[in-house]
Amino acid sequence: MSCCGVSAEGVLALETASITAEEIALASHPLGEGLQQLDLSVPDVHCGECIVTLEKALSRLPYVRSARVNLTSRRVSCVYHEQTADGPTDPAGIIAAIHATGYRTNLLTQADWHSERAKNQLLLAVGVCGFAAANIMLLSVSVWSGADAATRDMFHWISAMIAAPALIYGGRFFFRSAWGALKRGRTNMDVPISLAVTLSYAVSLWETMHHGEHAWFDATVSLLFFLLIGRTLDHIMRDKARSAINGLARLAPRGALLVSPDGSRRYVAVEEVKVGDEIAIAAGDRIPVDGMVVSGASDLDLSIVTGESRPVAVSDGAEVSSGAMNLTGGLVVRATKLARNSLLAEIISLMEAAEGGRARYRRIADRAAALYSPAVHSLALATFLAWGILGGDWKQAMLVAVAVLIITCPCALGLAVPVVQVVAAGELFRNGVMVKDGSALERLAEIDGVAFDKTGTLTLGSPMLVRTDATAEGEIDALATAVALATHSRHPLSRALVRSCATTLSRFDQVSEIAGGGLEAIHGADTYRLGNEAYACGTPLKTSASDAPLTEVVLSRNGVLMARFFFEDTLRPGAAEAVSRLQAAGFSTAMVSGDRQSVVDATARALRIDLPLGGLTPKQKVDEIARLSAGGHRILMVGDGINDAPALAAAHVSMAPSTASDVGRQAADLVFFNDRLDVVPQAVDVARQAARLIRQNFALAIGYNVLAVPVAMAGLATPLIAAIAMSTSSLIVVVNALRLTRMDSRKKKSWASLSVKGPVYEVTPA
Amino acid sequence: MNMLIYLIPIALFMGGMGLVAFLWSLRSGQYDDLEGAAWRILSDDDVGPPTA
Repeated sequence: MSCCGVSAEGVLALETASITAEEIALASHPLGEGLQQLDLSVPDVHCGECIVTLEKALSRLPYVRSARVNLTSRRVSCVYHEQTADGPTDPAGIIAAIHATGYRTNLLTQADWHSERAKNQLLLAVGVCGFAAANIMLLSVSVWSGADAATRDMFHWISAMIAAPALIYGGRFFFRSAWGALKRGRTNMDVPISLAVTLSYAVSLWETMHHGEHAWFDATVSLLFFLLIGRTLDHIMRDKARSAINGLARLAPRGALLVSPDGSRRYVAVEEVKVGDEIAIAAGDRIPVDGMVVSGASDLDLSIVTGESRPVAVSDGAEVSSGAMNLTGGLVVRATKLARNSLLAEIISLMEAAEGGRARYRRIADRAAALYSPAVHSLALATFLAWGILGGDWKQAMLVAVAVLIITCPCALGLAVPVVQVVAAGELFRNGVMVKDGSALERLAEIDGVAFDKTGTLTLGSPMLVRTDATAEGEIDALATAVALATHSRHPLSRALVRSCATTLSRFDQVSEIAGGGLEAIHGADTYRLGNEAYACGTPLKTSASDAPLTEVVLSRNGVLMARFFFEDTLRPGAAEAVSRLQAAGFSTAMVSGDRQSVVDATARALRIDLPLGGLTPKQKVDEIARLSAGGHRILMVGDGINDAPALAAAHVSMAPSTASDVGRQAADLVFFNDRLDVVPQAVDVARQAARLIRQNFALAIGYNVLAVPVAMAGLATPLIAAIAMSTSSLIVVVNALRLTRMDSRKKKSWASLSVKGPVYEVTPA
Repeated sequence: MNMLIYLIPIALFMGGMGLVAFLWSLRSGQYDDLEGAAWRILSDDDVGPPTA
């Protein structure tokens, strides 16, 4: 595995990820004949060697019939036998085998079969329309080059027969969407498209039947072909982003270990937990439902729930909320709420109430269509009346009016937006930013302020040792002892100590972890304690220290203080650059956090954020966003926690890191798979460039219409002119959209010079 | 003029073959993993036949 090094993060994930056989059984689907198929996401595969390693490791298991890695969607699909000669198989071995090769793996949240089918339907339609367009164009070229009347009629008839099925098969996407819009009394880009396509076909057929000279079958079908290509690319891009996000680990537990009154334990799905049930929660597990601690003591990591960066000690009688991570000791919790009424459910109802910017937003293409279609349709009507009244030949008037409709057919307009968005989303995808929805890019270009969450967004949510105060004995010795002790714990502060220095392990005779206190080790006659001061030195707990921005841990020997260690949450790499670049570009910055105000202020000072707001509940976060929006601002919210989800939904547009809570990822419009925070200004940049290109494309398309419409209204447009004009305008629009990647590579040079200051992190294009 | 009676069906038939080939490649999953296929051809080991 030369190129497939496993990150430290990956190792941490391996330790905490526990997928049980029950969960796997729920995720598999039967293929019949005793075979089951299990689809897993493997976010780290990225080369040929990864494919071989994984497939070999899985095929070696006796009950696995076949395994195939899909590198594009970063998934492995594994077919296994439910029964072998030795009895039922344990599919957990599949997960274990993948972990043994050093890759992370997650069960897929839900396979999105629907989207897969839609993609295939679009591809089929592109194929059919492409076939029809090519053949009709061949026939049309012969007509244009001067076929005699009989041949022309035959060619028209053949074209009509090829075009009809293509029109129905490829046009249904547009007809359906146009009909949906019209039913609601609105108009979108698909209305003029459908109208032009149907009318041009009808008129061409009528001309053919009356041995006319001009038939527009080629225009009809090639228009559909171009538009379908745009639509398919758009769909594939969004599909890729969605599938990458679906492949992320699910943070919320699927099930819980129920303790029956007789003491037996049983694994049930979270939805089946009833109020009053007792649930056992091991260290390292997340709490599945809101409840009250019945027995046991532990520390809880609430960073993803409330944004509190410091673990909280809980013991008998304490209330715990779902989503919190149990760190140090086993707990038995009595459920006080059903899963569907738990904190998460409240958050989701807040989110639904807050659905703001997204619901009100109208796509730029639809806004353009609202102006465009009445203008074009009244022009066509005016042409019809003018030719009819002035010329007296109503049949000729009808033909000219239809020519106007075809010439103005929004081929370029229909491509102007999706092509730019596909190129921009592809550019962001390569930088590890997934765009879930095209309108998110349009909204991102409009923002004038950015609100950040603190824990997990501006910071990594994991503490870092910043200062050591040692007594006379010497710093190195104290640190080495503390690190040796800390290796026995999964408490985040212990982890931070272990990360801070690499030492040889000194041996202790016995180590025990006291939940809510710290670690105790016996070495010969000495007792070492690592934890809060009250525990380590036996002094009463100081309450004044609880508001200090730094978190403190104390090491003592036989009750005598040896050293104090101070921790601070690590800033996300690139956070300072991101904030300063956003401010330089004229955006106001704010921080909305659920953490203590003192910690929030300290972080805001370090990053020079304009408006630090601490101690906010999820509802207050939404209110802050609403207050800023009411002041005429359009806010980008960047956040990760469960408590951020309503604010993410309320903001004009939102981003979340891939480490975010499930509901946070769901609520966000963009998800970034990158440790560095400077993807935020980068994404805003790309979105603004895209918006500029879209405006340029509209200008080009309208400029083309201004030139072509008078020609059509004068009755001079022939199918040949229409074909040339339409394909040229489409090509110009597409080429203009491709300029985005070139602008970007020029920009990248300036980014490279910016980012050398910070530590260099590898960009993982997930 | 007479040769058109042969040539047009031939042209349409050839175009139709292309369409059928495209539909077949789509159905048999050849567009599912474009990146993986590029790597697989380079690997020396025989990792066994693909699943259906």
